[in-house]
Amino acid sequence: MGQISIYMMLLIAVLTIGGFVYNRSSALGKFRAARAAAGGKMVSSAWHSQASYHGYFTAWLVALSTLAVFIIGLVINGQGMVFNGLWLAAIILTALGVTIITGRKVSGTFRARTYVERFIHGLLICLSVIAVLTTLGIIASLLFESLRFFREVPFMDFLFGLQWSPQTAMRADQVGQSGSFGAIPVFAGTFLIMLVAMAIAGPVGLMIAIYLTEYASAGVRKWIKPAIEILAGVPTVVYGFFALLTFAPFVRGFAETLGFSVPTQSALAAGVVMGVMIIPFVSSLSSDVINSVPQTLRDGSYALGATESETMKKVVFTAALPGIIGAFMLAISRAIGETMIVYMAAGKAANLTANPFEAVTTVTVQIVALLTGDSDFDSAKTLVAFALGLVLFVITLILNVVALTVVRRYRARY
Amino acid sequence: MTETTKPKFTCRDVRVHYGDFEALHGIDIDIPDHGVTAFIGPSGCGKSTFLRTFNRMNDTIDGCRVSGQILMDGEDIYDKNLDPVLLRAQVGMVFQKPNPFPKSIYDNVAYGPRIHGLTSSKAELDVLVEKSLRRAGLWDEVKDRLKLSGTGLSGGQQQRLVIARAIAVNPEVILMDEPASALDPIATAKLEALIEELKERYCIIIVTHSMAQAARVSDKTAFFYMGDLIEFDNTDKIFTNPGNDRTQDYITGRTG
Ligand SMILES: Nc1ncnc2c1ncn2[C@@H]1O[C@H](COP(=O)(O)OP(=O)(O)O)[C@@H](O)[C@H]1O
Ligand SMILES: [Mg+2]
Repeated sequence: MGQISIYMMLLIAVLTIGGFVYNRSSALGKFRAARAAAGGKMVSSAWHSQASYHGYFTAWLVALSTLAVFIIGLVINGQGMVFNGLWLAAIILTALGVTIITGRKVSGTFRARTYVERFIHGLLICLSVIAVLTTLGIIASLLFESLRFFREVPFMDFLFGLQWSPQTAMRADQVGQSGSFGAIPVFAGTFLIMLVAMAIAGPVGLMIAIYLTEYASAGVRKWIKPAIEILAGVPTVVYGFFALLTFAPFVRGFAETLGFSVPTQSALAAGVVMGVMIIPFVSSLSSDVINSVPQTLRDGSYALGATESETMKKVVFTAALPGIIGAFMLAISRAIGETMIVYMAAGKAANLTANPFEAVTTVTVQIVALLTGDSDFDSAKTLVAFALGLVLFVITLILNVVALTVVRRYRARY
Repeated sequence: MTETTKPKFTCRDVRVHYGDFEALHGIDIDIPDHGVTAFIGPSGCGKSTFLRTFNRMNDTIDGCRVSGQILMDGEDIYDKNLDPVLLRAQVGMVFQKPNPFPKSIYDNVAYGPRIHGLTSSKAELDVLVEKSLRRAGLWDEVKDRLKLSGTGLSGGQQQRLVIARAIAVNPEVILMDEPASALDPIATAKLEALIEELKERYCIIIVTHSMAQAARVSDKTAFFYMGDLIEFDNTDKIFTNPGNDRTQDYITGRTG
């Protein structure tokens, strides 16, 4: 049945194209005949729709009606009745019928163009509705599965619990089972790594943006901007093994020269590399924002006897500040959603610590760890992944919404 | 009378290039102190370019070069040892489009005094801000909302705010580049009345595309055409009995 479906789809495509060609040429023929009858003086605008629109009109109707027949056939076939010949015949007959009936309608006054435009309009609406519905579906499933989890583990214990060890909770003889689903250490890890990453990406990205917009010559900018944006194109798994194999040992060596021993995987190693990864987010968004500060403001400042750096600090930067904050928030939401780097370089131990030299774990890492490997999909251990995902989703959503409103308010100012 | 006092600016053979393009072909002019000098001429003739030579704003434009000599009170403002930043504190500028900073009205006016360290206490700064706003004829309209953003004012108020901002650094000269072109007639009238008052204290040079405005506000008028200074004389003379045919054509509306 799978194979026959593919052939049927191909057939539908051919019939659709056929309908287009047939009715387009029939429209052309009728138009030429009408012009000949008018003594050759008729112009093409005398017809409401050009010939190709009559073709498109037929093509749309053929495609829709044959698809309908095809789906009806699929449903019937799915109930165990196999009658491919009839099915095939029904599709072909439908297509021919539609082509011929619409062919009769071709005339100078038939508004084929209007109908085609309406079809396309409808199609676009359908596609956007599908995108929205998909998003809603994902959110609904997150919510639904999370609710199942919260039936087993109280919401407050999850959100404010300090102890994270979902593995041990599997054991039936475990006492105080709910205590091991406390998400605080996991979110604290995410937060710590995000702080380290932003400590790198924030200042560096901002400096780059300021340099590029205010000081670099056009020639330098032409080279540096794409070079920095390449950073955003490096696959995160590459950053991950760079963090694990190159940077983490370096961090450990450095810590050892200072006299204390640390694990290879650490919040610092993951955070710094993630910071490098999000530098281009900060720098290119902020440089757009700084660029959009009108030249007249800078001129106004120079004309008052301000130097370049005074103008930068006191006028350009303050004017761009809301936009820069927006850029930072988008970078932060990128950082807390990042998975690969932290999975490889941050570790899996849920330590509740503020020391960046220690290994920590993050929300994303825990979700991966919980859902990979063999596990029962109904246990609290897997359901907690949905709860983590839900909270992460809510946090990034809030960040994005705040960032966008801040940026928009700033845009409206000029 | 103006002929006998010393000029504020003395320009000799001033040429300005944008890259290879010569926008001004050797301008000689003496701008009098106190009073209003208007620059008129068809657009693209170099009025703004010339105006920007007086506070060296051309320095901020890539590829722009100025040659020749411009003396302000007898001192070369293009001298290598002269810091354009200090020059600009003495020569204020008002632009075509009002450009208040996205800060409060108070901070807009206080901007210049703060960067130049003109006042030593908050009280002194308050006094200076009030004085500047009063001189710009804006105080009564904004005194209750000094903390609100300067960008929220009307166009005419913004332009007067920008003038207050320039006045606050205590300049000797105020350059204005088509300051009324974005304003409605009522705001324009207010601005012209303000210029009338300010000319007692400051040397004002104004670029305008409105002949009527030049006739109303200025004491002297310079007519530019294609990068040349065609005629410079008392405004009355230029508008009643110009010495040059091209000036005549322009003010009667036959060119430009
Ligand atoms: N930043 C610039 N770069 C290159 N050419 C310029 C620049 N500004 C002005 N020009 C040119 O210099 C000439 C004079 O311009 P401008 O001084 O703006 O004229 P006006 O103010 O009289 O309309 C024009 O030909 C203009 O194209
Ligand atoms: Mg101009």
